[in-house]
Amino acid sequence: MSTVVLLTLTGLGLAALYFLIASGLSLVFGLAGVLNFAHGLFLSIGAYVTWSVVGSWGLLPAILLGVAAAAATGALVELVLIRPLYTRHTEQVLVTVGLSLAGVALLQSVWGADARVFPRPAWASEVIGIAGAQVPADRFLLIGAAVVVLLGLLAFLRYTRYGLIIRAGVENRAMVSALGIDVRNAFTLVFAIGGALAGLAGILGGMYFSAISPGQGASLLIFAFIVVVIGGLGSVAGAAGAAVAVGLLQQFVNYYGTAGAGDVSVVVLLAAVLLLRPTGLAGKVATA
Amino acid sequence: MPTVAVDGVTWRIGAVPIVDDVTLHLEPGEFMALIGPNGAGKTSLFNLISGLRRPSAGRILLDGTDVTGLAPHRRARLGLGRTFQTSAVFGSLTVAENVALAVQARRGGATRAWRRRRDRDIAVRADQILADVRLSERAASLAGSLAHGEKRKLEIALLLAGEPRVLLLDEPMAGVSAEEVPALVSVIRGLTAAGGRSVLMVEHHMDVVLDVADRVAVLHHGALLACDTPGAVMADAFVQEAYLGEQL
Repeated sequence: MSTVVLLTLTGLGLAALYFLIASGLSLVFGLAGVLNFAHGLFLSIGAYVTWSVVGSWGLLPAILLGVAAAAATGALVELVLIRPLYTRHTEQVLVTVGLSLAGVALLQSVWGADARVFPRPAWASEVIGIAGAQVPADRFLLIGAAVVVLLGLLAFLRYTRYGLIIRAGVENRAMVSALGIDVRNAFTLVFAIGGALAGLAGILGGMYFSAISPGQGASLLIFAFIVVVIGGLGSVAGAAGAAVAVGLLQQFVNYYGTAGAGDVSVVVLLAAVLLLRPTGLAGKVATA
Repeated sequence: MPTVAVDGVTWRIGAVPIVDDVTLHLEPGEFMALIGPNGAGKTSLFNLISGLRRPSAGRILLDGTDVTGLAPHRRARLGLGRTFQTSAVFGSLTVAENVALAVQARRGGATRAWRRRRDRDIAVRADQILADVRLSERAASLAGSLAHGEKRKLEIALLLAGEPRVLLLDEPMAGVSAEEVPALVSVIRGLTAAGGRSVLMVEHHMDVVLDVADRVAVLHHGALLACDTPGAVMADAFVQEAYLGEQL
């Protein structure tokens, strides 16, 4: 029993990380149609900026600066690199792939290829007893952050004007422009939001693993892409559900099966979803 | 001054005239129906008026302004609204959200995303438009769940949000079930009631045309055969031969 509780909470913590990365990825793809391989770079920038100023600034200001830097990077990438290429999808993919490779190289040249020890609040290192299980408190940090972000994103999409434009744009971008709305501003906004959330994921991931390295973004990004596809492109709620499924499956199979089987089982889940529901759990609504 | 003036407009593909020297004046507040057999050039004429196509010859004027060279969105800003044969609404948004989006587009509100007071203005205006097209009771439903006729009404609502002076309706009854037709007809008839808005409608249902139109224009092989009151057009021998005869 205590093992199940621990595995569940650890799986949910992992799911929280996946969700933070996947929700931005999903919105960017759903609205702008951009498959953004540079999303992992946003994550690393959030983590490294926080890491580099935390000594002099304290933890909370450092986190805020890291998130802001990642958001600014997202907006800048959209404005400078993606915007001129909206009608050219192949070039777009090449640019984001190139950017992610160059970004990792740049991080290595500045901070070195080795992992750096990442700070965490003291309470996150404590252990909490739940139903007989000794659960590290950092799981709750991740889960809590993801829940807050999920609720915030849903409220933003539901109650604000930009949220309305984004939801409409995910369904039919051309029609939104036909109404006379400049969708490109919304594109920049979702890149900034995606960047901020990825940055936050990088920081929380650093706390969770107690370390950051230049390649961390890329490895988390693979699972985030799987979550996006399973959840349905453009759906935040779908991404949340898929993240939980992937996180739990991975943890449980890795523990009860052989090591590494969890990662494979996630890919099997992806294949099953694609066969049974090609649009994902909450994919774009087909229009009549 | 006519709201829309089509002045000797010809549109050719290669040497073939699809629209052939058509002159047509739509007066303020007038409801004009455009009829003709399939391939007569009705939708092409709509495309020329709304700016999706440029005429090979002739001019198009909106309220006396020459718009022949203007892009579709510029004409829309001058007060020209158009529906298409296939419905275009946001199926994953509610009916009210669809209209709110269109109202907000009209007011250029996207740049002031978090201003609450103006949000209320938008909601009030959206409610008003929904009442005009008699869709208020479906405000909270997803647009994707609407029946065909209701989707048509919603499309008209999206157009009305742009406060157009002229509406071009392309076969609004297409795909609408017989039970829904009377309700849709009464909404469409009401479109010209409010202060000087003009409507040009392509429609195949002759009973609807005779019911709502002030004048009926008949196209045949791209040329204008007749443009007169419904009674006079029905009596016209040419029209009977060219269109009504063929149809029946």
